Amino acid sequence: MSEANASATRITPGNALRPEDIALLETKPADAVAQYALWLGDDALILAQRLGWWISRAPELEEDVALGNIALDQIGHARSFLTYAGRAWDKTEDDLAYFRREPEFRSVHLVEQPNGDFARTIARQFVVALYQWELYSRLVDSSDPTLAAIAAKAVKEVDYHRDHSIQWTLRLAQGTDESRRRMIAGLKLTWPYVEELFTDHPLVNELGDIAVRPSSLRSSFDEAVKLVLDEADLELPDVPGAIGGGRQGLHSEHLGYILAELQVLAREYPGASW
Amino acid sequence: MTTTAIDAGSRVDEDTAGEQLFNELIAQDSRIEPRDWMPADYRKALTRQISQHAHSEIIGMQPEANWITRAPSLKRKAVLMAKVQDEAGHGLYLYSAAETLGTPRDKMTEDLIAGKARYSSIFNYPVRTWADIGAIGWLVDGAAICNQVPLCRASYGPYGRAMVRVCKEESFHQRQGFEILLELANGTPEQRAMAQDAVNRWYAPSLMMFGPPDEDSPNSQKSMEWKIKRFSNDELRSRFVGMMVEQVKVLGLELPDAEIRYNDETGRWEHGPLDWNEFKEVLAGRGPCNAQRMERRREAHEDGAWVREAAAAYAEKQAAKYAQAA
Repeated sequence: MSEANASATRITPGNALRPEDIALLETKPADAVAQYALWLGDDALILAQRLGWWISRAPELEEDVALGNIALDQIGHARSFLTYAGRAWDKTEDDLAYFRREPEFRSVHLVEQPNGDFARTIARQFVVALYQWELYSRLVDSSDPTLAAIAAKAVKEVDYHRDHSIQWTLRLAQGTDESRRRMIAGLKLTWPYVEELFTDHPLVNELGDIAVRPSSLRSSFDEAVKLVLDEADLELPDVPGAIGGGRQGLHSEHLGYILAELQVLAREYPGASW
Repeated sequence: MTTTAIDAGSRVDEDTAGEQLFNELIAQDSRIEPRDWMPADYRKALTRQISQHAHSEIIGMQPEANWITRAPSLKRKAVLMAKVQDEAGHGLYLYSAAETLGTPRDKMTEDLIAGKARYSSIFNYPVRTWADIGAIGWLVDGAAICNQVPLCRASYGPYGRAMVRVCKEESFHQRQGFEILLELANGTPEQRAMAQDAVNRWYAPSLMMFGPPDEDSPNSQKSMEWKIKRFSNDELRSRFVGMMVEQVKVLGLELPDAEIRYNDETGRWEHGPLDWNEFKEVLAGRGPCNAQRMERRREAHEDGAWVREAAAAYAEKQAAKYAQAA
C-alpha cells in the first residue's frame, strides 16, 4: 500500500502505539521529557475540549462529523502524550487530565481561546493545524522513540486537519461579504496568540534532539500561512503578539472555566473508576 | 384521438404495469428502488418514517453531547465523541435515503425546525447524570437496535441498506452503554446508586420507543403489508424486554418493573403498565426538554446559515472561473 493510500489511523509497524501500549512501556521518560510531553498533550487536550463543544452545533451535519473527528484525533494524541508523561511520575493520563490544577497545565493560550463563531474556530484551527503539522513532521525524528512514534501517527491525522482548515479559510474568505468579514475578524482575534507557539523555553535546551525547538518551526509555518492567505486574498493580521506563558503555567482567563467543566465529575468522585 | 388522450392513455398503462410490478416485488420480498414505480402513499409513508428517523438521530445527538465536555475519563470522552459523531453520520445516510424519494434535505430540516416534523420523543427527557449516558446506550440504543434490525430488510432498498450500516454502529453504542453501567455497578456505592437511578428513569421511556400498543397503532398494518415494518410494536417490545431481563442480571442491577414475566402460552415477555398518557404529552411537545432541543437545533441551523451561503457562493465562483478558463 502506498503512503498516499494509507489510512490516517491505520496502525503500521513503528507507530502502532496506543495509550494502553504506552502505559505498559518498561522505560520511564526523564522528568524533562515528561514535561515536554505535557506541553503537547495539554495543547491537544484543551483543543479537543474546545472542539467537542461544536458537536451538535455545527453549521452543517458534515461539519459536526468533521469537527468531531478532529476533536477525536486530538483526544487520541493527548492520551498518548499524557500517558507517556505520566510514566515518569507513576500517574495515569486521567490523573494528569483531571487532577492537576490550572498552574500545572502547560497548554498555550491559543488553544484556550473561545470558539466564537465558525470563522473564529476555523482561524484557530488554521493556525493550530499548520503549527502541529510542522511540529509533528519534525518530531518523528526525535531521538526519543516514544515521542517519535506518537508524532508519526499524529502527523498523518493533522494533515487532514490542515486540509480542512485551509479549505474553509479559502471558502470563508472568498464566499460572501459576510463570511469574508467574519474570517478577517477571526484571524485578527487569533493572531496575538501565534507568537507563543514559536517561543523557545529553557526546557528545549535541556532536551537537545529529543524535542523540536519551537523557534525553528517559524519560517516554514510563515511560508505555509502566506501561501494560503495569498490564495484567499487575505492580509496577515497586523496585531501585536500577546505575552504568553502557558508553558510556565501562566494561562489565559479561559482555562479555569475549561478545567472546571472538564474535571467536575472526576473530582466529585475522587478515586472512582469509570 | 388527440395526442393528449394518447399520453393520458399510456400513462394509465404505465401506472397499471408499475403497480403490478410493485405488487410482485413486494410479494417476492424483493426490493423497490428509487426509480421504480411506487404508490403515492408508499412514498409518503416512507418519506415520513425515514425523515423522522433522521431527525431522531440528529436531535438525539444533543442529550449525549451534553456530557462530552464532562466525561469522567479521557477514554470515555473519546468513545462518547465517536458515538455522537456516528449519530450525525446516521442522520446523513438517512436524509440521503429520504432524498431518493424526492424530498430535499433542506426541506426536511425546515420542517423539523418549524416544528412540523416529529422525532423520537425519548430525546425530550433530560440526561441528568453520567450514568444516564450508560442507560441511554444500553436501553435506548438497545431498543433502537430491536426496532432497526428488521428494517435492514425493509422493502425500500436505500432505507434497508442505510439501516445495515446504522445497526452495526448501534451495536457498538449499546455495548459502550452497557460497559459504562457495568463499571458503575461494580464501583463505589454512590456510583452503583447512580446507575440504578438512571435505569429506573430510562426503562419505561425506552419501552415506549416501540410506539403505542398494536390496537392503537393504525399505520402499522399498512406498513407491514408493504414490508417496511416486519413485526408489530408489541412483538418488538416483548423481544426487547426479554433481552433486557437477561442483560440486567449481568449488570447486577434491577429493572424497575415487578410485573415482568414470560407468558408460556403466547411465547412472549410481558411487562407492567406503561404511562401512555405521558408518552402522548411528550409527543405533543410537553416533555421536559422539547423546547430546549428545538431551540438548539434551530440556533445551530440559523447561526450556520452564513457558512452554508459562503460555501455555496465559493463553489459558484470557482465553477465560473473554470468555465471562463475552459
